[in-house]
Amino acid sequence: MALRPMTMIEALNNALALELERDERVVLLGQDIGLNGGVFRVTDQLQRRFGERRVFDTPLAESAIIGTSVGMAVYGLRPIAEIQFAGFLFLGMSQLVTQAARMRFRSGGAFSCPLVVRSPYGGGVRTPELHSDSLEGVFLQTPGLKVVIPSNPYDAKGLLAAAVADPDPVLFLENIKLYRSFRQETPEEYYTVPLGKAKTVQAGDDVSVFAYGAMVPVALEAARQAQQELGISVEVIDLRTVWPLDEEAIVSSVEKTGRAVVVHEAPRAGGIGAEVTALINERCLYSLLKPVARVTGYDTPYPVPGVEDYYLPTPAKVLAALRQVMEP
Amino acid sequence: MAIHQIDPGLVPFQILDPEGNLVGEMPALSPERLLYFYRMMRLARAFSDRIIAMQRQGRATTFGSLTGQEAATVGLAAPLQPQDWLATSYREIASLIVKGVPLSTLVYSFRGYTPPNWPAETRCLPYQIVIGTQIPHAVGLAMAARIAGDPVVAVGVCGDGATSEGDFNEALNFAGVFRAPVVIIVQNNGWAISVPRHRQSAAPTLAARGVGFGVPAALVDGNDILAVYETVRQAVERARAGDGPTLIELLTYRLGSHTTADDASRYRDPAEVEAWRAKDPIARLQKFLRRRDLLSEEQDEEIGASVLAEIDAAVREAEAMPPMAPDSFFDYVSATLPPRLQEQRAELLRFVAPSPSQRQPGERR
Repeated sequence: MALRPMTMIEALNNALALELERDERVVLLGQDIGLNGGVFRVTDQLQRRFGERRVFDTPLAESAIIGTSVGMAVYGLRPIAEIQFAGFLFLGMSQLVTQAARMRFRSGGAFSCPLVVRSPYGGGVRTPELHSDSLEGVFLQTPGLKVVIPSNPYDAKGLLAAAVADPDPVLFLENIKLYRSFRQETPEEYYTVPLGKAKTVQAGDDVSVFAYGAMVPVALEAARQAQQELGISVEVIDLRTVWPLDEEAIVSSVEKTGRAVVVHEAPRAGGIGAEVTALINERCLYSLLKPVARVTGYDTPYPVPGVEDYYLPTPAKVLAALRQVMEP
Repeated sequence: MAIHQIDPGLVPFQILDPEGNLVGEMPALSPERLLYFYRMMRLARAFSDRIIAMQRQGRATTFGSLTGQEAATVGLAAPLQPQDWLATSYREIASLIVKGVPLSTLVYSFRGYTPPNWPAETRCLPYQIVIGTQIPHAVGLAMAARIAGDPVVAVGVCGDGATSEGDFNEALNFAGVFRAPVVIIVQNNGWAISVPRHRQSAAPTLAARGVGFGVPAALVDGNDILAVYETVRQAVERARAGDGPTLIELLTYRLGSHTTADDASRYRDPAEVEAWRAKDPIARLQKFLRRRDLLSEEQDEEIGASVLAEIDAAVREAEAMPPMAPDSFFDYVSATLPPRLQEQRAELLRFVAPSPSQRQPGERR
């Protein structure tokens, strides 16, 4: 395969172009995705290449973007809808949670809703209110919806392709800070990365760290420091699909290490960390040598830019959690 | 004036034409009041330019330009009484200034902090970032005033893009059903980021939206401050008299990019921008005042210097205010902080090295 160094933006743009090329049923809709190429340029040039019939701007209405995508998906198209920032998903919540996610269920399997909703999320880039929120925890109680969060360009492209191919609705959350933070050798050709499968980013023996999105590099940095300062070997696992979780990957890692830390920037209460911890309790409690630690955003609204860095998990916070779980 | 009618028509109401000629009935406004309007418009433009410059220097966060919309935003706030409420988006910063929100409070917020002293007594809600969500609040404030029997009016302002949101339409419907003493104002500046007005709604005007909800509506030249002022004044009077809500569409133009994070040259024809530059709302009032000998060249220069001095002082004051404390985002989550959040706050503070430049003696934590 021909490899090219791509940012996550470029990898996603490439993935969307391939979808539009290979499947006539794929359409892209959202706010400012046409001529403007999206506020982050993920859809740059796609309207020019594929026309206004397949790549189009909508009026400013999140509920109708998702609701009409449900209709298009039922009809047989493969809509990929963009919600400009994940914080604006709240305005489309009813259509996403009560309609898209339940179409198969409430029609007794007569209809399905193969829809992808893409949305940028995450903090650390000084955006205005509700432009940085991490919402994934909200969707743990949305049966029927998968939630995917890539941490690098290669996965972003392959996971997006898998999301489009999936027969059910997928919420695809793209971390804003990762959009342009680094390039990675990424194939030009079509490929998929399977949904529901975590990835061991770094193998280790003493403690498991579960992270996703922008927290993967944070976890890796903490793991490096822990190796240096504490002489411990840290296993870092990128969950990639946060719902449903890759239970086998989580359980087998904890059975090996006996200690676990979960890292996410979303609030702590009722979040992915709570679910991972409950899963460990249910499946491998007796492998645990210490209680599971969570390093997360706090249970407050996402703060204003001037203090947002204090809200986010940092390598120092993860390192402290590693020290805590490594105590004898 | 046609706001007692349901159909706002297709011809915008105008008192001053783009050359500053009087083409309608002059509202009862003293020369001092007209000069106040002019000064506030100059202040709004200079303030917008200053915050954008500060953003470029890393001294402010994302900011949406106010330029080109000064007649609309100053004119809509001018008829309000102190007891009236105002719920706006980020594009109506000038309306907040007219209603009494101090410049320094706004500058502090654009530095990326929550102002510690938001002036609740001005009855301005903090400017809304999410699109259209303030309009139900304005209608609710007005419904409350009606329930309480107070002679209080609420004004809700949003942009053309917001009229596509459910919140806007649901709120307009409530306003009509409950005869709420509310004025709902749409600043139609032509663009919702990159999406032009004609792609936002197939209706010929946004004011026409009132028809379907049984709400009287008016279509107004939003770059004519006299027309804006007079229309809003009448609508506020109607509301205060118990005659119900009004929808007002102000036709104006966003001369700048959407925000400092946007580049309008990607999607907008420069010729369109130039055509609107020729209809500049400040120049229009300036020509009118000059022609009537209400504004000498000397006075004009004085006004320019005084608004800059006022902004300088506000920026100095806001930049002298201490940054928010690192754990300050725990302060207003709820009336009392639950034990769980108290623990999280303590947890955060273990990772914050106290720095003498950030911590002042006795500073609230």
